[in-house]
Amino acid sequence: MSVNPELVGRAFAPTAPYLVGREKVREFARAVFATDPQHTDPAVARALGYADVVAPPTFAMVIQDLTLQQLLAEEDSGIALERTVHAEQRFRYTRPIVAGDELVAQLSITNVRPFGKGAMVTSEAEIVDATGAHVVTATSVLLIGGEVA
Amino acid sequence: MSALAFEERVAEIAVGDVVAERTVHLTRESLVRYAGASGDFNPIHYRDDVAARVGLPGVLAHGMLTMGLAVETIVEWLGDSGRILDYGVRFTRPVVVDPESGADVTVTAKVGAVDDDALRIDLTVAAGETTVLGKAQVRVRRGA
Repeated sequence: MSVNPELVGRAFAPTAPYLVGREKVREFARAVFATDPQHTDPAVARALGYADVVAPPTFAMVIQDLTLQQLLAEEDSGIALERTVHAEQRFRYTRPIVAGDELVAQLSITNVRPFGKGAMVTSEAEIVDATGAHVVTATSVLLIGGEVA
Repeated sequence: MSALAFEERVAEIAVGDVVAERTVHLTRESLVRYAGASGDFNPIHYRDDVAARVGLPGVLAHGMLTMGLAVETIVEWLGDSGRILDYGVRFTRPVVVDPESGADVTVTAKVGAVDDDALRIDLTVAAGETTVLGKAQVRVRRGA
């Protein structure tokens, strides 16, 4: 099955709210070799004007991943994880993610175009906080390989 | 870190200036740690047998680990990661992490463009001699 072009414009349910925990932010910061204390020390983060520790910029992927799981769960998507390569990634921020945020992501597929025997799929997640205000938009370009005959 | 505010520190900044650089040594433990922290448990990032079966040259670092550690290189210089407006990369080459010797990832952050409101910081990210991210660019807010 090749990638279904009708994924573009399909309506997806928003993800269940994700509560960003302080220890999760610290754990992620350590994993990406973050050295700045704004990611681990609440007092430093508060001095910068944030309510709690500030998540590293790519932490948004943890939230976006919930939308990619939705995409993979679509039975007619034609996308199989083992044939998927992450080709590009981009984040556009209104503000950084901070511990205590309750975040919801809205998936949309903005482009499916043929590429060799497979397809390039652009998957976007608009991430908003509990008030509905925009936090970050995460965009992945996925290269889906063609099926081996 | 300088006590000067960011906007003062970058008042005279010019294209080509190096603002930060570092080398991060990745081991298999780093990959397992990132898998746990991110929730990405694709076995190509910790199992040699699976990596070999799908035709990879070895166990690979998560692209998002490379992207994540690359941008963290500039956060101390920024002072506030909330200055980051936009960050994008292309994953052009994999980082193979040897079970014994690991892999060294070198990040150099250089000013790519300057305008009144924002700076573009270009990240050169290499494993050994091989550049692994393409068009790795961070747009940062210049003003207060």
